[in-house]
Amino acid sequence: MSIAANIAGEGGSTLSSNAHGSLEPVLRAQQLSKQYGPVTVLSDVTLDILPGEVHAIIGENGAGKSTLMRLLSGYVEPSHGTLSMNGHAVKFAKPSQAQEAGIALVHQEILLAEGLTVTDNLFLGRELSRGHVVDDRTMRRLAAEKLAQIGCVVSPSALVRDVSLADRQMVQIARALLDDYNLVIFDEPTAVLTGGEVERLLEIVLRLKAHGTAVLYISHRLDEVQRVADKVTVLRDGKMVGTYPGKTLSQMDMARLMVGRELAALYPERTAAPSDVPMLSVRNASVPGYAEDVSFTVHKGEILGFAGMVGAGRTELFEGIIGLRPAAAKVELEGKSIHFQSPRAAIDAGVGYLTEDRKGKGLLLQEHLAPNLTLSALGVFHPGLSMGRRREAEALEQAVETYDIRLKSLGAKAGQLSGGNQQKLLLAKVLLTDPSVVIIDEPTRGIDIANKAQIYAFIQELVAKGKACIVISSEMQELIGICDRILVMREGRITGEVSGAEMTESNVAVLATSGPKPGPKAKGGTEWLS
Amino acid sequence: MAVMTESAPRRRPLDLNVSWTDIGPFLALAALLVVGYLINPDFLSATNLANVITRSAFIAIIAVGATFVISSGGLDLSVGSMAAFITGITIMFMNTVAPHAGIWAIPAGMAVAILVGLLCGLANGLIVTVGRIEPFIATLGTMGIFRALITYLTDGGTIPIDRSLREAYRPVYFGTVAGIPVPILISVAVAAVASFILYKMKYGRKCAAVGANEDVARYSGISVIRTRTVAYIVQGACVAIAAICYVPRLGAATPTTGQLWELQVITAVVIGGTALRGGKGHVWGTVAGAVILELIANLMVLSDFVSEYLVAAVQGVIIIIAMLIQRFSNSK
Repeated sequence: MSIAANIAGEGGSTLSSNAHGSLEPVLRAQQLSKQYGPVTVLSDVTLDILPGEVHAIIGENGAGKSTLMRLLSGYVEPSHGTLSMNGHAVKFAKPSQAQEAGIALVHQEILLAEGLTVTDNLFLGRELSRGHVVDDRTMRRLAAEKLAQIGCVVSPSALVRDVSLADRQMVQIARALLDDYNLVIFDEPTAVLTGGEVERLLEIVLRLKAHGTAVLYISHRLDEVQRVADKVTVLRDGKMVGTYPGKTLSQMDMARLMVGRELAALYPERTAAPSDVPMLSVRNASVPGYAEDVSFTVHKGEILGFAGMVGAGRTELFEGIIGLRPAAAKVELEGKSIHFQSPRAAIDAGVGYLTEDRKGKGLLLQEHLAPNLTLSALGVFHPGLSMGRRREAEALEQAVETYDIRLKSLGAKAGQLSGGNQQKLLLAKVLLTDPSVVIIDEPTRGIDIANKAQIYAFIQELVAKGKACIVISSEMQELIGICDRILVMREGRITGEVSGAEMTESNVAVLATSGPKPGPKAKGGTEWLS
Repeated sequence: MAVMTESAPRRRPLDLNVSWTDIGPFLALAALLVVGYLINPDFLSATNLANVITRSAFIAIIAVGATFVISSGGLDLSVGSMAAFITGITIMFMNTVAPHAGIWAIPAGMAVAILVGLLCGLANGLIVTVGRIEPFIATLGTMGIFRALITYLTDGGTIPIDRSLREAYRPVYFGTVAGIPVPILISVAVAAVASFILYKMKYGRKCAAVGANEDVARYSGISVIRTRTVAYIVQGACVAIAAICYVPRLGAATPTTGQLWELQVITAVVIGGTALRGGKGHVWGTVAGAVILELIANLMVLSDFVSEYLVAAVQGVIIIIAMLIQRFSNSK
């Protein structure tokens, strides 16, 4: 199909004739199964995806969601079962065939060429041309239209490298929507988005639906699923639990269906109130370009939350405080004035930081688990000239047990673990340095609900042992669920503090988006690359 | 640390999946020996093998250092010129002090060689880490500098080593201990020390972490600058050791010493199983790689099938095949 024609025909003229009226499924999957050798990863999945319908797929990690998505978009072929589109049997040997049949996939990971412009990326591999000459002007115009259509404000001629993570995701969505498709599959589309961006994405989903397009929506965020899904199919251990009408399920119902048993409360009971002994106190912290004049104190036994939109400067603030980027701050740790020249200094002083980017900055995915576990604690752990391999192996066994890290064998590599288990390994790694202050950035991003509950319990245990904990999160519910007190940041400044009964989503959201007007944005805002 | 005490040693099975990258170089080496024997039985004679491995010693020693640099995510193109520069400085120093110090000029010269090697490595390291210049460009620059310096020092000609020292220095290349040529012993010792550092010491962990993912290393409290700089310093030391072995072989420093060694060194490292983009280093694989390169050259000289002018071409084919094997064994 021609891109130009489709975009020109925006408004419905290119919709397939069956989109309205008859309710023939756009895509029907029957008894879809996938085996790798003796291992069955997906068995007997039967789905009907109707035009103009948002169909959500939920399940824990390893439930078979991504396998199903790969089957439907042509990345792998089913071992058994059939696919049909609009009543005709189809077989996809490769992704391009699924695309030609009208199935678009919005990837979970951002797959864009960073050194090219937004327009170049949108049209990558399908550039428009006049004769042999690439038609830049038309592509730029169409790109601008498409981006405007999904409410994305980036310039089509900006380099992807200079565009924020959330906007990159939008560009990726625009790329998937460049042609008119019958079925659009979103694979965890909101994993890197927050607040307003999630809203924008959900709006796009609803617009597609109104347009008569079928949408398959795979997400961990059950609140989103509840809001947009007409139908919800639940997978567990590679099998289909069932398909349910979306509006009839509560989030707790969904969680229960996913794990197949009654869930304990997601957020742990607080066993003890925080003390008023200051643990870490930061005065007038400034990180050029990201945060200005931030002051706060976290006490022994306290869980302090940092809320705000992505880009509010929370991550950068703490990276500055622990010496990962240039910053100025007066820091007192247990009453003693201290300055962290480097992350090493912070770790040695007892301040541990869990990055939000566990795959890019937290773990060596190609490495085995033990080297990952001890990487921050090499000095403590291997005091002599050579390393104590046996003690390391023991520490790994201990960590696997303490943090319930599920793995096939101790010889696995970090990249082979599921997201939730990677997060638990990362937590174990930071705690191995025995910090008294633990800063956790996005503790549960992209992990399933059972692992979330465990991580909240671990955080609770930490403060029960008298440590202080700072949690940075873009999920307001999570902060409200586990924190004693929440500080809200906006454009690099703290705009307010809520605690106790004041900790409500609306209070936090107001402070995060429209709190008291912050002062002029910090100057000298060049990106610090190191 | 409370975490690691107690807990009965209840071991789960550790699956040791040996990958092609781990054993590939040694299989290739064995295959090459068999093929060599079939082509010409003399190939496997002790004298021939000793000769070949001795000749591969320089590349092997330097490549062991390069394993550090490449493992840490760097690259060093300057090793060939650095070797030439160090031989030049060493010979000039020995010649200058020989009239006063006699035989003692040799150990003193060796110490100078090591010192110069460390400084050259430090310079490379600082330019790359503190100066934040791409390793390729930075060492391309120093490669030119070292080469020009040796050409300038020798005035475009050669500097022979003083006659009084020649006999005493000879055994460092031509001597044997218990029947094994000294250069082979030196390269085995260098590789043994290197593998201890890379596999048994904290530094090895840091080196592989920095090479595998700089961000993870930084966030784990590892100094990327220090780790990389040390890798270049180790490389400098290895070049110096190779230069010390090399001096008696030619008995002189010339502007053409060590030309294109950098390519052979990188080839040896890559054949040995270390990924060029960084990560875990394979010290013994590197040594095997260096020997493979020299064996192929030797085989081509001994056999009449292929012109020896094509040695470089065959080595080129080998590196491409090695990369393909790595690619396929990784993509499983």
